Order: sequence, then structure tokens, then C-alpha cells
Amino acid sequence: MRFRDILMTLLIGLGLWQALVIITDAPHFILPSPWRVAQAAYKSRVIIAENTWVTAIEVVLGLLIGTLLGVATAIQLAMSKTVERLMLPILVFTQAVPVFALAPLLTLWFGYGMGSKIVMAVLIIYFPVTSAFHDGLTRIDSGYRDLSISMGAGGWNFMRYIQIPQALPSLGTGLRLAAVYAPIGAVIGEWVGASKGLGYLMLLANGRAKIDLMFASLIVLACLTVFLHITIGVLATRLNRYAQGVTN
Amino acid sequence: MTTSPGITLKGQHRIGGRVLFDADLLIPGGQWTCLLGRSGVGKSTILRLILGLETGGLFSGSFAATDGMPLAGRISYMAQSDLLLPWLSVLDNVCIGARLRGESPHFGRARDLLNRVGLSDHTDQKPATLSGGMRQRAALARTLFEDRPILFLDEPFSALDAGTRADMQELASDVLQDRTVLLVTHDPAEAARLAHQIIVMSAQATQNWPVPETVALREINAPETLACQAKLLAYLRGIAA
Ligand SMILES: Nc1ncnc2c1ncn2[C@@H]1O[C@H](COP(=O)(O)OP(=O)(O)OP(=O)(O)O)[C@@H](O)[C@H]1O
Ligand SMILES: [Mg+2]
Repeated sequence: MRFRDILMTLLIGLGLWQALVIITDAPHFILPSPWRVAQAAYKSRVIIAENTWVTAIEVVLGLLIGTLLGVATAIQLAMSKTVERLMLPILVFTQAVPVFALAPLLTLWFGYGMGSKIVMAVLIIYFPVTSAFHDGLTRIDSGYRDLSISMGAGGWNFMRYIQIPQALPSLGTGLRLAAVYAPIGAVIGEWVGASKGLGYLMLLANGRAKIDLMFASLIVLACLTVFLHITIGVLATRLNRYAQGVTN
Repeated sequence: MTTSPGITLKGQHRIGGRVLFDADLLIPGGQWTCLLGRSGVGKSTILRLILGLETGGLFSGSFAATDGMPLAGRISYMAQSDLLLPWLSVLDNVCIGARLRGESPHFGRARDLLNRVGLSDHTDQKPATLSGGMRQRAALARTLFEDRPILFLDEPFSALDAGTRADMQELASDVLQDRTVLLVTHDPAEAARLAHQIIVMSAQATQNWPVPETVALREINAPETLACQAKLLAYLRGIAA
């Protein structure tokens, strides 16, 4: 995505929005115009910034912890056939439980603060990261395995010097998914019970009929997600290039 | 160095019920044995079998080192594809065996080998930036770096231009003196030049082919080398038809 393309898309989006407001002639407490939302955003900039900060930290911590756990699990699964046979069905089964349904429980267990939202984000990205990385670790070129066997490689060294580097592009794919899911997890956690964060602010604004503030929060949340998407995209591309041995 | 063991193999290999080959081999210790035969006859499969790698088939028979010790850990293997790791520099690729065994690599020796295969200016490059022939020479350096008594080389010079190929044959012959080498090749000239023993393989049998009386490594244009090469080529064309 080039910067100019992003700018164009943004302008077109704003134009359509404004057109919709004019055509439907909706009252501003149903569909505020872009200009109204911008004013609201400016007026409430401090409260928006504070809550964005909270959500951003939840998302980033959730991503970090979820990725670490996912990577560790994938390596464990790939190292031992026994672990794989026991764990994989359990992992798949837990995916049948919608993580959103756990949100009230997580709030009960981990409180109204950031903890429950981070756990929510971790849970929601854990599986995509684990399965993508595990897939990469096990889809190894058999020639490399033969080479390692003939060289007398130990299992962990094979993992470390060949399997993991080779699976980095797959990890990148998992991370791209995680970047989309993590904010969803955090915001849903905030909806269920929180006193801070963009999700909380949206509910609050909605409850007080401040629809323009709600729109402003929504747009900031979208920007946060897009920013995350781009950053992780850059990282994933780097992982790809590293694994293919092409520099810049 | 201590004498390198030879290898004996006798038996039948089946893939999906079909007999791929029937073989009876003696690979003498400390010598170069060249293995020829048409494509798909099972040359690579024999190497993989002895190495204990997956062959997709079933072998009934036996193979062993002539000194009675296990073969595991004593063979350095250069496969038909170079298998360089794209994310490692050429130098790190050469040292990968040491890393995989958890030893600290002897970079000096690796650099020396890279120098000898003519890659001293490319040690820090990634494999993706090398030509096919350069990659093959890097893989050769990696194989030589392993420093084992037995070497299995599966078409190690196939991607090289004629001049470089002759150079690499001389280098390998020099570095691998007194080692047991089993070299798979499609090139009768290569066999005539390098071999202490030539084995021609067909589905029915493995057959020893006479080598020139002179000592390997032979001159490329020596009459007996050329004669051996010509006869071998004529024979291979005959069994291919
Ligand atoms: N893993 C496998 N599973 C099933 N069949 C295999 C497998 N590996 C090799 N084969 C078959 O065994 C036969 C011999 O293969 P091999 O690679 O040993 O031939 P080769 O003599 O080395 O040929 P080339 O000169 O082309 O390298 C081929 O017909 C191939 O299809
Ligand atoms: Mg072959």
C-alpha cells in the first residue's frame, strides 16, 4: 500500500460519507457528518488519546504474549510426535468455543482492568499463530532433513538452525491474522466490562447519545488497526526476505 | 589418516512391488568408485539406502562397512540438489554440519575450502545471489568440510562448465586422497579420469567396467583415458536403447 493510495481511499471514503449524510438527510444524532465528527474528536481529544493509549497497550501486550505462547506451543508440537498427537485435538477442540463467549468469564476472573482484555487478545490470536507456525515447522523440505541426518544433527539443533528459520514466513502469515484479531479481542473485552479503552468510550458515548464521539472513537480504532496491520505487514515481509536470503 | 573402510552391498530393492534393481557391490576402501547408469535406474537410491535415508521402497539384502563398524556418522553426503540454506551466508552454509552437531565451527578451514573451490570472494553472500555452478561448488565445500572417511557424491560436478569441472575434479581428488569415494556421474569422461573402479548399473545387475591401467587422477587427453571414455559411452548408449 502506497501512501498516496491510502490518502485517495481516505478522501473517497469521506466523500461517500458526506454524500450519504446529504442524501438521507439523517439527523446528526443518527448519522453525523464528517465535519461534526472531526469537531467532536478535537473537543474530546484528551479523553480519546487516554483511552486509545489503554487499548493500544492491551493490543500490543496481547500480541506479544500471544505470539510467544503460540511460537512456544508450535515448537513443542513440532518437536514431539507424542505431544502433537495429544495436544492438537485439544487445541482444535478449544477452537469450537467462541472466545467472545468467554469475555464475561474473563472479566470475572481477571477484573475490570487491562488484564482481562490482554487475556482476551492472547486467546484470540493464540490459535492462528500456533497453527500457522506449526504448519511451517512441519512442512520442511525433506532434503534438509536428509542432510541433517547425514550430518548427525541433534533434534533441537535441526529445529533451531533449519526448521525455525524456514518457518518464519509462515509465522509472518500467522502474525498478519493476529494483527487483525487482537484489536477485536481487546475491544470486545472492553465492551463486556471496563472503565477505560476505546471500546469503553464507544459504549459510554453511545449511552449518552454522543454519536459524534462514538464515530470519532470508531475511526481512531480503525486507524489503530490499520497502523498495526501495516507494521506487522512490514515485519512479515522482512521475515519472508530473510528466509529467502534476499536482501532489500 | 587412518584407512578408510570399504562398503559391500548385496540385495534387491523394490518400490511398490516392482524390482528397481538387483545389486552386488564392493566399494573398495580408500579408492574412488564411479557409479554410472541411465537416469532412474536407482543410483541415488543406493546412496540413500546406505545412508539410512527414506527411499520409498523396500530393500532385501544387506550392506556393511568392510571393517565391521557401523556406517552411521562416517559418510559425508552431497545430494543431487545443493540444499544450501537460503538464509545463511555461503560461509555459514559450509559450516552448517558443525552447527547442527552443536560444535563450534572451524571457520579458518571453511574459508580455506571456499578459497579452493574459487568462492573466496563470495563467502558473505547469500546462496540466492550465486549461479548454479557456484552453488554446487559451495555444496562441495560443505561436503568436504565434514571431513569423514567415506564420501557419497551424487553428480557433484553436473552444473559446472567444462573448465571448472576439470578444476573441481582435481581439487576433490587431491583433498579426498585415501578416502572412500562413491561418485555418481552421467559423464563417462569424468569416470575415465577419476575412477579406481567403475560400476555400471542396470535394473538386472551391477557390473564392473574395466578402468585404464594408469593411476587416477588421469590426464584428460591421455589415450587410455579417451579410449575408456569412448568404450563406456558406446556401452551406455547401447543399454539405454
Ligand atoms: N521416495 C521415493 N518414492 C518412490 N519412488 C522413488 C522414490 N525415490 C526414487 N524413486 C523412484 O526410484 C527410481 C530410481 O530413482 P533414483 O533417484 O535412484 O534414480 P537415479 O539413478 O539416481 O536417476 P538420475 O540419474 O536421474 O538421478 C525412480 O524411478 C524414482 O521414481
Ligand atoms: Mg540420481
